[in-house]
Amino acid sequence: MSGFLEIRGLSARLAGTGQRLLRAVDISLPAGSVRGLVGESGAGKSMIGKAVLGVLPKAVEIVEGEILLDGQDLLKVPPAERRRLIGAKAALIPQDPLTALNPSRRIGPQITDRLVDILGWEKARAASRALEVLAEVSIPEPERVMRLYPHELSGGMRQRILIASAFAAEPKLIVADEPTTALDVTVQKQILKLISALQARHGTALLFVTHDLGVVSKVCDTLSVLYAGKVVEDTTVERFFAAPQHPYSRALLAATPRHTDPAASLQPVPQAVIDAAMAEIAAADAAWSAHG
Amino acid sequence: MTLLRLILERLLTTLITLFGVAVIVFVVIRVVPGNPIAMMLPPGATDADIDRLKALYGLDKSIAQQFLIWFGNVLHGDFGTSITTRQPVLSLVLDRLPATLELSVMALVIAVVIGVTLAILGTRLRGHRAEAGIDVANGIGLSVPDFLWGLALILLFGVIWPVFQISGRVSPRLELPFTSQFYLFESILRLRFDLTADLLSHMFMPALALALPLAAIISQLLKQSLKETVNLDYSVLARTKGYSETRVILSEALPNSILPTLTLVGVQFTFLIGGTIIVERLFSYEGLGNMAIDAVVNRDLPLIQGIVILFAILFTFVNLTVDMTYAVLNPKLRHA
Amino acid sequence: MLDGRGLIRRRAGARLWLSGLWLTVFVLAAVLAPLISPQDPLAQDLMLERLPPAWVAGSEPGYWLGTDSLGRDVLSRIIYGAQVALAVALVAGLATCLIGSALGLVAGFYRGWADRIISRIVDIWMAFPPVLFAILLIAVLGTGLTSVILAIVIIDWTRFCRVVRAETLNQSKMDYVHSAKVAGFTRLRTLLSEILPNVLPVIVALLTLEMGIAVIVEAILSFVNLSISTDQPTWGGMIAEGRTSIHQAWWVLVFPLIALFFTVLSFAQFGEGLRERFDPVLR
Repeated sequence: MSGFLEIRGLSARLAGTGQRLLRAVDISLPAGSVRGLVGESGAGKSMIGKAVLGVLPKAVEIVEGEILLDGQDLLKVPPAERRRLIGAKAALIPQDPLTALNPSRRIGPQITDRLVDILGWEKARAASRALEVLAEVSIPEPERVMRLYPHELSGGMRQRILIASAFAAEPKLIVADEPTTALDVTVQKQILKLISALQARHGTALLFVTHDLGVVSKVCDTLSVLYAGKVVEDTTVERFFAAPQHPYSRALLAATPRHTDPAASLQPVPQAVIDAAMAEIAAADAAWSAHG
Repeated sequence: MTLLRLILERLLTTLITLFGVAVIVFVVIRVVPGNPIAMMLPPGATDADIDRLKALYGLDKSIAQQFLIWFGNVLHGDFGTSITTRQPVLSLVLDRLPATLELSVMALVIAVVIGVTLAILGTRLRGHRAEAGIDVANGIGLSVPDFLWGLALILLFGVIWPVFQISGRVSPRLELPFTSQFYLFESILRLRFDLTADLLSHMFMPALALALPLAAIISQLLKQSLKETVNLDYSVLARTKGYSETRVILSEALPNSILPTLTLVGVQFTFLIGGTIIVERLFSYEGLGNMAIDAVVNRDLPLIQGIVILFAILFTFVNLTVDMTYAVLNPKLRHA
Repeated sequence: MLDGRGLIRRRAGARLWLSGLWLTVFVLAAVLAPLISPQDPLAQDLMLERLPPAWVAGSEPGYWLGTDSLGRDVLSRIIYGAQVALAVALVAGLATCLIGSALGLVAGFYRGWADRIISRIVDIWMAFPPVLFAILLIAVLGTGLTSVILAIVIIDWTRFCRVVRAETLNQSKMDYVHSAKVAGFTRLRTLLSEILPNVLPVIVALLTLEMGIAVIVEAILSFVNLSISTDQPTWGGMIAEGRTSIHQAWWVLVFPLIALFFTVLSFAQFGEGLRERFDPVLR
């Protein structure tokens, strides 16, 4: 079955130095399912989220591959149309709620702007939709909150507003880019539950970028493990936690604290595993250079 | 509460500054070597005549006494009498003020339009060759002062391609129906657009000369700020919503970049007003600045005092307004 | 983005080169004026009045840039005018820099009452329109080179004071200043050997900028006929005269204006270029 989001053979590099950032990445995400993108910082997981949403930094160059959103290759569509397509069908839950809301605009317009400007809704309809989603993420007094500025709200409130905003247009795909990393541990759990519940209720496909395997085990159906811009394992969550296949995956799992066994000591990723993974990647690169 | 306290504090420092200005002007002028009394006397005047005139202008008392009397009068709105025209300084100065204000505001508008447009264009085209072109233009605009721009404009649009007037405020042949000195403003209110056009044609060159350095500063500062803001998370989020790059710059970045630019532009606007003095001279524009230079050349002490103090009030008022605007517009301060 | 530093350095290079070249020509013209001037800058000849430049019909050989309404050679007057401009730039620029920077360092480093007094005076100074202040001072001090220089110093020291004070305040908060204190350096030693070198790039950039401003102020004062006596040609004086005969003899205005324009532009750009090259943060 082909997914709502299909990434095929996506490779990217840094424009100046030619350093490879993504190496022939394949990812498939069926409608309504949740996939985790896991890896260390710099492994390229955020880069994939940015590529899907069309907001890669200018210095990053896509070399080859396809990003199919609802069957349309985003990389073949002219930029203006691509923006509208992404705006209508996908949404982002950003990492840091403190910087992701515009400090000089009120909350209300920051939720309704996409509905009115991109989707062409009438203002009244957009406003009532905003109230609806704000209630859905349990924001008290949504009418009042819509008139406030971001700095008048707590970080947790702001993240819930950003989640509401992402779901407001009923997108078929949401990219969540480490949505809990910037929050307090107590708030983290609430936010995760909220995202899960909303995803299930709306049947949204969710691409969940995180470095935290504990989060993956709670939220995701499938996951892709990234190392140095390459997917080293693509599997379901059950199979992964039962028997990770790739040595790097095993090492990553060993380095993750288990909530069931907090006393167990953490194992750093062994050097041998890293060396082996790098050798594998070097071989893939050599093959790639040969055919490219 | 904090806003009120801020306003009161600023008002107090403003008053201290203005008092300082008054003291310095007074002291500087009292040491003028040329004797203004001598110039006023007809040939063959006696010593008694000189003493009478000195007494009339209060020049026979000690400097401290003179200052107290003068300052007391100033507080009552009495700036004395012009030595050359024998008219009250206040009415002379207030008569010319509107011309200078209209010129300054026009220059400010031109500077903002040019500066903001270039900043947005430069941000939109960042990384392209055009951005480097805008940077070079900004550099030249910043380095060359209004006096030289004025001369260059006189040559370009007054002589080589004479499309604008380069002398005066209004064509002398025109009948002026105005009751105030705000000619431009009043011509629009009276729907006399023929006069508006004539006034604008005279005003445009000096206003542009004053505007160019400020436009370059606005463009440079705003562009710098915009380029940082378009990479912030909320701008990226707006892009994922489907907004175009131009729209992200205009509605996400610009509102956040205006405020920091505004405070810096405030001081620069006072420089612009200061520039009217020489630019008005250059274009024979009948405003305060032109009158100021005449006053110095004629050693008209009371008039000089009045003009300098009026300029100082204008400057501090502009700074005060900018500070207040900043406090009121900044959502963080407003709701604190 | 990645080669931004390279780009800055390349642009700074072009800036330094071009502006440095013009400033060299400017200094040489001033110093060698008696040797290179084709004519006596003061010689009037009513038979030769308002001659156009050499490439225009009706010109006379030897008067490359034409003559003014008294028959004086424009090129020679521009070359001699560079003398006044250079003198004002150097003396007024340096004096302004020394006084303003010293006060700025003191205010920014020692804070307290010294800072309060200096800052208050700067506030008062900022409330004066500088051009009017300059004209007023010349009226009081009398015309002449010394008065012009004195007026510029009296007015413009605040430019250095404000910037140097702010920069010193910034530097004083840095860790290295704290370490110097812990190491037992005296306050004066900390100021001179730790802070001053870090404020210096800003001072140097301001200094060249100020030199350009001094040239302009002198020209403005000459323009309103309040600068130097008439037997020394100045660019501002030439411009004032050119402005009145602009429709009859454009060259009397254009050439001194070009000289002034490039000199002021070069001073500013040279300072910017120096700062970009030597500022440790940008480098």
